[in-house]
Amino acid sequence: MALLHLKNLTKYFGGLTAVDNVSFDVNEGSIVGLIGPNGAGKTTVFNLITGHYVPDQGEIIFNGQNLVKKPTHIIVSLGIARTFQTIRLFKELSVLENAMSGYHCRMKAGIFAGMFKPRWQKREERQAIEIALKELKFVGLDVDLNQKSKNLSYGNQRLLEIARALASSPKLIILDEPAGGMNDQETRELVELIRNIRDRGITVLLIEHDMSLVMDVCEYIVVLDNGKKIAHGAPEEVRENKKVIEAYLGLDEE
Amino acid sequence: MNRKYLIWAICLIFFLSPLFLNAYWVDVLNNIGIYAILALSLNFILGDTGLFHMGHAAFFAVGAYTTAILNTMYHIPILFLIPFSGITAAIFAYLVARPIIHLRGDYLLIVTIGIVEIVRIALVNNIFGLTGGSNGIFGISRPHLFGLIIRRPTHFFYYIWIFLAVSVFLFHRLRNSRFGRALNYIKEDEVAAEGTGVDIAKYKLIAFVLGAFWAGMVGNIYASKMTIISPESFTFWESVIYFCIVILGGSGSITGVILGSFLLIGLPELFREFAQARMLVFGLAMIIMMIFRPQGILPPPPRKYNVDQIN
Repeated sequence: MALLHLKNLTKYFGGLTAVDNVSFDVNEGSIVGLIGPNGAGKTTVFNLITGHYVPDQGEIIFNGQNLVKKPTHIIVSLGIARTFQTIRLFKELSVLENAMSGYHCRMKAGIFAGMFKPRWQKREERQAIEIALKELKFVGLDVDLNQKSKNLSYGNQRLLEIARALASSPKLIILDEPAGGMNDQETRELVELIRNIRDRGITVLLIEHDMSLVMDVCEYIVVLDNGKKIAHGAPEEVRENKKVIEAYLGLDEE
Repeated sequence: MNRKYLIWAICLIFFLSPLFLNAYWVDVLNNIGIYAILALSLNFILGDTGLFHMGHAAFFAVGAYTTAILNTMYHIPILFLIPFSGITAAIFAYLVARPIIHLRGDYLLIVTIGIVEIVRIALVNNIFGLTGGSNGIFGISRPHLFGLIIRRPTHFFYYIWIFLAVSVFLFHRLRNSRFGRALNYIKEDEVAAEGTGVDIAKYKLIAFVLGAFWAGMVGNIYASKMTIISPESFTFWESVIYFCIVILGGSGSITGVILGSFLLIGLPELFREFAQARMLVFGLAMIIMMIFRPQGILPPPPRKYNVDQIN
């Protein structure tokens, strides 16, 4: 049973067909990669899944529910968390607060609870800090928690984004070029981290340009070109696929 | 520790100040207090959420006129009208903010300027025959509290500043809660806030409604303090002053906003004899501030979390 099921997904931007009749499944507990040359429509697919865009056609079924036209915050609370291609942390807020923000959708306190602080609100705040600390530790971010997140190194900012996404206790985490701007050492640790996320039972869907990372970590790969799905399968199969080599690997790797 | 004692000492001296200040200066402090609460209520919208809202006087006006109309027509005691004024202002804010909540930056700014002007013009034109036109409404009664009629500047000093103290206490708690953080997420990055599960339209709307609720309550205090209100107290220029208090004092900072009220409302009183020149200096000071310290005089302090207790 697929956790996420995309069916005939299509999105136009004016005259451009950014995503053209794309269908694929993401099975529960797997690590799936979405690859393709620049402008292939990978990030658009992510933005369709997370509700930033509304598809012109097609269905997105997550855990038995259709996500089309649902607002982003609802999709997050249903269990899909994401990171961004260009890092989007809350720059002026502390590392801890950034990590806590992921847990927002699991909390209940509103303005009255905030003003009058009943006991359950204090417990909830405490829980938010606990979750944030747990996820920061999980991604291996060992820095001063009170510093502003903009002061972190690039690689650490990426890790913080992942911690923030994990704090929302998702079923599916969507990583948009997680290795962007990371050095070799950091990328190796990232591969380890992605496997650890999966081992916790969280399904991973990722876009990545770093081919070695994709081939290394993904169990199933979907290849997009010009908005169309041109191939899918295990890394070995995709690597051998002629269309893929033509569209992407041939130009990029050799 | 020393700093804490110093702050308490200043607060104590401040709360005793009506004993040694004359009525004029006590009234100046009252005005500062009123502006401070208004600016703090705007701070939710402008400082915490980062929404450029320059029409806050409209909500203040709705609160003040609610009190004035219900008190003069139906003789409902002023204190009973405090929550009611807040609620009407909040409902008004909900209705006008709902369609414009998705606007950003300068677009929102223009619309909010429109709102405050529409409200002022509606009041001048004696809308529904209730607002008394440009003469306004007079004969508003004073608040009665346990048999005491609050009427002298000294009475109002305690009335206003205790109201401010309670507001600050609640606002401070709110800032350090899920709600306060969510507003900051929106200010920092709307897309990321939405992507971490914050319903940004809802939170922006709550910020407007909450800010308007408080501005409406201050409208009640203002109406009973002046006993006469007219549209000229709720102009666009008033909104600009609240806006400047928040920006100058420090967006999102409670102490900063209070300090900003002292500077923008208190200082011009000190230099009253220089009449025209003081506005020039005021403008110049604002420009210099924006160049050298755009975050305001006292930017909000980082929130503190009890992390050690958990480890």
